[in-house]
Amino acid sequence: MATEHLQPQETWSPIFGRLTLDWIPYHEPILIGTFLGVAFAGLIVLALMTRFRLWLPLWRNWVISVDHKKIGIMYMVLGFVMMVRGFADALMMRLQQALAAGGAEGYLPPHHYDQVFTAHGVIMIFFVAMPFVTGIMNYVMPTQIGARDVAFPFLNNFSFWMTVAGALLVNLSLFIGEFARVGWLAFPPLSGAAYSTGPGMDYYLWALQIAGVGTTLSGINLIATILKMRAPGMKMMMMPIFTWTSLITNVLIVAAFPVLTATLALLTLDRYLGFHFFTNDFGGNAMMYINLIWIWGHPEVYILIIPIFGVFSEVVATFSRKPLFGYTTMVWATACIMVLSFVVWLHHFFTMGSGANVNTFFGITTMIIAVPTGVKIFNWLFTMYRGKVRLELPMYWTIGFLVTFTIGGMTGVLLAVPPVDFQLHNTLFLIAHFHNVIIGGVVFGVYAAVTYWWPKAFGFKLDDRWGKRAFWGWFVGFYLAFMPLYALGLMGVTRRMNSYADMGWQPYFIVAALGAVVILFGILSTFMCFYVSIRDRKRLACGGDPWDARTLEWANQSPPQKYNFPQDILVTGRDMFWKMKEEGFTWSTDYQPIHMPKDTATGVLISAFALGFGFAMVWYIWWLAILCFVAMLAIGIAHTFNYNRDYYIQPDEVAATEAKGASA
Amino acid sequence: MLRKIKPLLAAAGALALSGCQYHVLSPSGWVAHQERNLLIISTLLMLIVILPVLFMAVYFPLKYRADREDTSDYDPTFTHSSRLELVVWGVPILIILGLGYFTWVYTHRLDPYRPLDHLEAGEAIEVQAVSLDWKWLFIYPELGIASVNELAIPAGRPVNFSLTSSTVMNTLSIPALGGMVYSMAGMETKLHLIADSEGTYPGRSAHYSGPGFSQMTFDALAMDDAAFDAWVAKVKAEGDALDAATYLALETPSIDAPVSYYGSVSEGLFDRIVGLCVDDDTVCMGDMMMMDMMGGGGLQGIPNVPFYEYDRHRAIDGFGNPVSLPAPEPKHYYEAFLADPDQLCRTPLAAEAKS
Repeated sequence: MATEHLQPQETWSPIFGRLTLDWIPYHEPILIGTFLGVAFAGLIVLALMTRFRLWLPLWRNWVISVDHKKIGIMYMVLGFVMMVRGFADALMMRLQQALAAGGAEGYLPPHHYDQVFTAHGVIMIFFVAMPFVTGIMNYVMPTQIGARDVAFPFLNNFSFWMTVAGALLVNLSLFIGEFARVGWLAFPPLSGAAYSTGPGMDYYLWALQIAGVGTTLSGINLIATILKMRAPGMKMMMMPIFTWTSLITNVLIVAAFPVLTATLALLTLDRYLGFHFFTNDFGGNAMMYINLIWIWGHPEVYILIIPIFGVFSEVVATFSRKPLFGYTTMVWATACIMVLSFVVWLHHFFTMGSGANVNTFFGITTMIIAVPTGVKIFNWLFTMYRGKVRLELPMYWTIGFLVTFTIGGMTGVLLAVPPVDFQLHNTLFLIAHFHNVIIGGVVFGVYAAVTYWWPKAFGFKLDDRWGKRAFWGWFVGFYLAFMPLYALGLMGVTRRMNSYADMGWQPYFIVAALGAVVILFGILSTFMCFYVSIRDRKRLACGGDPWDARTLEWANQSPPQKYNFPQDILVTGRDMFWKMKEEGFTWSTDYQPIHMPKDTATGVLISAFALGFGFAMVWYIWWLAILCFVAMLAIGIAHTFNYNRDYYIQPDEVAATEAKGASA
Repeated sequence: MLRKIKPLLAAAGALALSGCQYHVLSPSGWVAHQERNLLIISTLLMLIVILPVLFMAVYFPLKYRADREDTSDYDPTFTHSSRLELVVWGVPILIILGLGYFTWVYTHRLDPYRPLDHLEAGEAIEVQAVSLDWKWLFIYPELGIASVNELAIPAGRPVNFSLTSSTVMNTLSIPALGGMVYSMAGMETKLHLIADSEGTYPGRSAHYSGPGFSQMTFDALAMDDAAFDAWVAKVKAEGDALDAATYLALETPSIDAPVSYYGSVSEGLFDRIVGLCVDDDTVCMGDMMMMDMMGGGGLQGIPNVPFYEYDRHRAIDGFGNPVSLPAPEPKHYYEAFLADPDQLCRTPLAAEAKS
C-alpha cells in the first residue's frame, strides 16, 4: 500500500454508470472552497442577469449569433476566463514547490498536485491559447479581406460552442470525480486503463475530442473564407500579413488536428474496449503514441505562434507608420515554417533511444526553423528602422515580445541539439524555454492584439495606465518566474516534482513563486484595465481609425456594423486602407441590398448534447450517451431542412445605420 | 538608494552561492563534460545573432520615436533591401551550418548507445537498471548482485547501462555524469556513462511516472576500486537472494522505498523482466512474437489470453495502491462463439503457451 487514501470502488449501475456519491470530493477543502467561491460568484451573476433582464438579450445577441465578430469576442472571453483557471493552477504549483523542500510535503498531496499540473497544461494550450488565437482570427481576418462574414457562419457558431463544451467538461472534473494525472500529453502506458484508473483520463479524452471537433471545423471554415471570400481585386499577395498567417495556421490545423483526433481515439479504444495499441502487453507500443502525439503537437505550437507573428506584423507596421519591411519574405518565411513544423517532431524525445543519424536529422531540421523565424524578427526590426514609432500599448507588448521571444528562441535551439537535450530533457530548463516562447510570444501577442483591436471592436481605447501596469506585471513577472527555472534546469532539476530533498533549490523556487505573484498583478491589472476602460468609455472614445492604421478592417466604423462594409471595396494593392486614405476615399451613398446569414440555435444545442455525451462517456452512463448522441444527430439532420437561413438588409436600412453610426 | 540595493545584492549573491550544484555546467563525467562543452559552443554561436537583435529591439523603437526632434530620416518607402535580405538570411544560415556541423559530430560522439571504449578508461562494468513503481533496481549481472535505490560504480571506469521498466516509462538521469535515456516496459534501451572522480551524485527518474515519482531518487556512489569491491562484498554478505518471487514482491508499488541489497540474482532475471514474463504463468514477449510470426494462436488461442496479460495485474488507483480490474473471461466468449466445444483442439493450452 502506497498511501492510506483509497480511490472510490469501481462500481457500475445502469442509471448512474460509474458515478457514485463517493466521487464528489467533499473531503478536499481546497476543492470545496473553490466550489463555494465559484457557486457564490455564479449565483450573483445569475441573480444580476435576472434582475436586469439580460437572459433574452444574451441568448439572442450572443449565444445564437453567427456574426464572426461576436463569436470572436466570445472566444476571447472564453480564453480570459479559462486563463484565470489555468493561472490558479500555476499559482498552486508554484506555492507547492516553494514549500515542499527537504522533507516538507507542502500542502498538495501527489494525487492532487499531479491533477493540477496536468490541468494547467491542458487548459492553457487547448482552452486559453487556442480560443485566443481562434478568436483573434475570427474577429479580424474577415474584416481584413473585406468580407461580410466567414464562409460558413453557422459552422463558426457551432465550432465555438463545441470548444466551450470541451472547456466545461474539463471544469466539471473539478467537482465531479477528478482530472487526469498524466501530464498534458497523457503518455501511455501511464494514461492506459491499468495505470490511470478512475474517470480523470476519460475527462481528458472526451474534453479534447469534443473541443477538437470545434477546432478542426473552424480551421476548414477560415481556410474557405480566405480562399473564397476576399474583396474583389484582392490577390493573394495583396492580403494583409495577418490574413496570410491565418491561412497558414488553419492549413496547419486541418493537417494536424486529425492526427490528434485519431491518436486519442486509439487511446480511447485501449481504455474502453480493451484494445492494445499502446499497452505494454499484447504487442502494444507506447512509443507509437508518443510519435503520433508529437506529430500533432509540434505543429500545434506553430498553430499558436504563427497568427501571433501576423499580429505583430500589423502592429509594427501601423505604429512605425511604414509598410511592413519585406512582405514577400514574410509570407515565404511563414510558409517555410509551416512545412518544416511537420518534420521536427522527434526532437521532443531524443532521449528515447533513436540512433545518432535520426537524432541529428531532427536536430538540424529544428535548427533550420530558426532561420525563417529569425528573418521575421529582422523584418519587424527593419520596419521600425527609419519609421515614426509611436510607443502605444500594443508596441509595449511588441518590444517585450521581441526581446523575450528572441531569448526563448535561443534556448529552443539549444534544446534542439541532441546531446544538450540529453541533459536538459524534462528539466525545468525545458519548462522555462517553452514558457519563454509561449508567454513571450503567444500571451504578449494576444495582449498586443487585444490592445490594438479593442478600439475596433468597441469604439474606445483601453486605459493606458492600467494597460501599462498589466504589461509590466507580465513582463517583470515572467522574468522573475522563469529565469530561476533556467538556473534550476542547469542544476538538473526535473519537472513535475511534488517535493524535493535538496534545500539549495528552494530559494529559486521561492523567487519563481514571487514571479508568479507579479504575473498575478499583471492579470488583475488586465481586468482592472477592462473595467476602467468600459467605465470611462466616453473619455476613451475614438473614431473608426484611432491608430492611423493601414489595413481594411479599419475602413469601416468602430464597432463595425453587422454587415461590416456598406459596400464592396475594390482592392488595388497592399495596405489598401492606407491607399484609400491617401486617395481621399469616402463611402458612396448608393447602397445595394446586403445578403446576411440568419442566427440559429442549432450550434449551441448540438454542443450542449455533446457535453452531455462526453459526461456520459466519462462515467459509462450508456443510456445517456446514446440519448445525447442520437439527439446530436437528429438536431444536425433537422438543421439541414431549415431553409430559412438568410435575409437581406435593404438599402434604406443600410443608409440609416451608416448615418447613425457616423454621427455617434 | 545604494543602501536599499545592498541587501538585495547580498541576497542575490547568497542565492548564487547557496551551495547549489550546477551539475549540467560543472559535471563530473566525460559524457556530461562533452555535453556541457557543446552547450557552451552552441550558446556562443547563437549569441552572434542574438545580441545584435536584442540591441536593435530596444534601440530602434527609441531612436525612431515619432516624437523625435529630427524626423528627416523618416523613410516610408524603405520596405525592401536585397542587401539586408542577404544578411538576414545569410548570417543565420551560416550559423546553423556551423551549429549543424557541431551537432553532427557531437551527436555521433555522444550517442548514448555508443560504448565508451574509446576513452581507454579501464574495464567497463555492466548495470541493468529497472524502473519499478517507484524505485530503481540495479542488477550487476557480472557480479550477481543487485541493489535498490543505490547505484555504486567504480570511478574512472565506463558503466554500460541496460534499461527497462516494469510498468510505465521513466528516464534514468544522473545529471553530473551525463544525459538521460528512457526506460520502457517490454523494451531494452542502452546508456553509457562514466564518473571521472569519486563522489556522490544525485540520480532520479526524470520522466513523470505516477504518484511516487517525486521520491524516485537514488544516489550514484562513484568509488575507487577498493571501496567498490568492499561495497560488493557488503552487498553479498547482507543481501537476500533476488529470484522471480522476490522480484514480484519488490515490483509491487511503493513510495520512497529504502536502500536495500540482494546478494544473489537469478540467472536471466533481467531478460525475463524485459520479456514481461517474470511470473511463470505468463508468455514472454519474444515467444509471443514468434508465435505471431508463425500465424498466431488462431481461434483456439482465445482461451490462452490470460497468459499474455500483463498490465491488468499491475493496475493502480490514483494514490498508487494496487487495484484489481474486472477480469474479462475470454474462455466464455470463446465458448459462446463456438457452439460445439467438442470441436476444440484438445492440446493442454497452458502447457503449450509457456515454452
